[in-house]
Amino acid sequence: MHIKEELAERHVLTLTVDNEAGTLARIAGMFTSRGYNIDSLTVADISEDHATSRITIVTKGPPPVIDQIIAQCERLVPVHKVTDLTEAGPHVERELALVKVSGAGDQRVEAMRLADIYRARVIDATVNSFIFEITGGPDKIDTFVTLMREVGLVEVGRTGIVGLMRGSGAS
Amino acid sequence: MPEKSGAEILIDGLIEQGVDTVFGYPGGAVLPIYDALFQQKKIKHVLVRHEAGAAHAAEGYARSTGKPGVVLVTSGPGATNAVTGIADAFLDSIPLVVITGQVSTLLIGTDAFQEADTVGITRHCSKHNYLVKDPAELAATVREAFAIATRGRPGPVVIDIPKNVQVATAPTDIKSKAAQRFHPAGEAEYALINKAVELLANAKAPILYTGGGIINSGPDASAALRELAELSGAPVTSTLMGLGAYPASGEAWLGMLGMHGTYEANMAMNQCDVMLCLGARFDDRITGRLDAFSPDSIKIHVDIDRSSINKTVRVDLPIVADVGTAIRQMIDVWKGRKVKPQPLTEWWAKVKGWRAVECLNYPASKAEIMPQFAIERLYAATKDKSPIITTEVGQHQMWAAQHFHFEGPNKWLTSGGLGTMGYGMPAAIGAQMGNPDALVIDIAGEASIQMNIQEMGTATQYRLPIKVFILNNEWMGMVRQWQELTYESRYSESYSDSLPDFVALAEAYGWKGIRCDDPAKLDEAIAEMLAYDGPVMFDCRVSKKANCFPMIPSGAAHTEMILHSDEVSGTMDDEAKALV
Repeated sequence: MHIKEELAERHVLTLTVDNEAGTLARIAGMFTSRGYNIDSLTVADISEDHATSRITIVTKGPPPVIDQIIAQCERLVPVHKVTDLTEAGPHVERELALVKVSGAGDQRVEAMRLADIYRARVIDATVNSFIFEITGGPDKIDTFVTLMREVGLVEVGRTGIVGLMRGSGAS
Repeated sequence: MPEKSGAEILIDGLIEQGVDTVFGYPGGAVLPIYDALFQQKKIKHVLVRHEAGAAHAAEGYARSTGKPGVVLVTSGPGATNAVTGIADAFLDSIPLVVITGQVSTLLIGTDAFQEADTVGITRHCSKHNYLVKDPAELAATVREAFAIATRGRPGPVVIDIPKNVQVATAPTDIKSKAAQRFHPAGEAEYALINKAVELLANAKAPILYTGGGIINSGPDASAALRELAELSGAPVTSTLMGLGAYPASGEAWLGMLGMHGTYEANMAMNQCDVMLCLGARFDDRITGRLDAFSPDSIKIHVDIDRSSINKTVRVDLPIVADVGTAIRQMIDVWKGRKVKPQPLTEWWAKVKGWRAVECLNYPASKAEIMPQFAIERLYAATKDKSPIITTEVGQHQMWAAQHFHFEGPNKWLTSGGLGTMGYGMPAAIGAQMGNPDALVIDIAGEASIQMNIQEMGTATQYRLPIKVFILNNEWMGMVRQWQELTYESRYSESYSDSLPDFVALAEAYGWKGIRCDDPAKLDEAIAEMLAYDGPVMFDCRVSKKANCFPMIPSGAAHTEMILHSDEVSGTMDDEAKALV
């Protein structure tokens, strides 16, 4: 007997939650205990009085599972609002990455040239290394990191994405 | 500004919530709370013998009274022992407030004596939990905890209180900071109610599939269900959790549905054209094989918890609302519009045909007590007393569900979701505490009863006249039954060896013990049990090989019920084996 898996869709969810101890563990743990995926997760305090945080979760699953994920998130007491940006319509997603490369000669020149094309900024430089800062959608960052592998990639740090709906409405 | 200790603030908070009974066990990290309890008269504390017993007793209290059950245990092992009861209450949606002691805030995280990460451990088996680090937050926390436990879909809430927070003082005149952040569903949208009424009224083969949500919604919901059944003329079936919401003597009653449900209930679910699911959740024990579950029906699902909708079965008309309120709304629309239902003669003729199968029949015996017969006689002897029945988990539980009949809600207390052996006796203790004049009987198996046998001492201490009726077949019967069905009768570890002498055990605890193995003497022995003013343990020696039928085997559809033991195949493919 083999275990079957269904086709998964990628969805970006944003959650407005109470900024209190255990909220992140409650949400992340719920994903684990119910067998849902988390591709990336970002969280930061967003309100003036520090009472509320916004969590952005990128998850994958078949549509009924995504629906369950949203319902299960809404069921948690500190979660006030859940928005599925992917369902809600046009939205922007951005992620920041720090990318360190090391090398000399042509390799170093090529890294610099690619960084320029991708509008990555140099935020640290030594005679044999650079750290680039790049923001963009996840695809752009994936591509940039792939290119950097060819020219001496040392390590990468990524924030995971944050997203907002386009237009004047709030998610 | 007057100040009180955290422990005193907690007790004041419990009294404010109308708590009169707490089930608990003291220990180092809750001594300040126990001292505050000692100095007041409004709350009665019931000392259990193991913290699992405290949690199940609180569940029994809650299910039988409709009020939240309260548990008080110490840190570390006290809390971890209570976890099974918390998880049980979570799956069956029972309102509990569980107060656990914790090591001092200065010691948290140092692997201190009797330290366990209680909020971490209970996070995913409670509706919500708190670690309170400041006595000034306690009053508001207790208020919110009770609101969360009892409102919406009920469930357990854990409040973990470090010992130094119990001792430290805070001003007592702090007003609850809480802007309500918990908003359960209430009334349904009328557009949806209208649509539901329309579907139900135009159905040619409707069915009401009801669950524990109706019990949780309160006695008014049960009353409303009876009225809706009458108006619509639809047959009614129920999950294990919902028994009693519709009276078993009612004309529309089909019996329980699902794995050990009746033939008529399961066939009607399969063949209906409109299914109105009221406060049930399409659990795997109900649906059987999902792709064959009621294939041609339009499904309406009323549930207070949005996450129950479309979880396993896609429904056509979801209604997120309190089920009692929604039924009342349907009745109002129905009456307001003077709706006339379709004639259901053909549908009822089909139902009558299925009923004629008499699926609950079993081979009678004069030589030994059949377990089904024992339940029937117990029912006959007690039905006029409107008893509260608790159970353990296994064959006896299913036989009780099939052969004991309930006329009202809050009389049937069983561990449905988690399926916790050892639930029944502590639940009976809790039910008896909440209903001192009621007849409370735990229908048990000889294996399950040993899982919390220590609670006999609690019943003795508080003079609780509970009756424990053990169907003793010397087997973990349900395990053995599955081994017969699925593993060619390889009885791996399912024999109840080295059983205690239950009569002698009863006497050792100051109970009365009765043993019976003769069907002719059973009525007399049951009468003796009922006549005794005190706790009784009844060792009912039943047929050792009886199995529980009808049964939908693992991975099968509603139409593929096994009605009798001679239809048992003896083995199954891996797909079915995996679908326990």
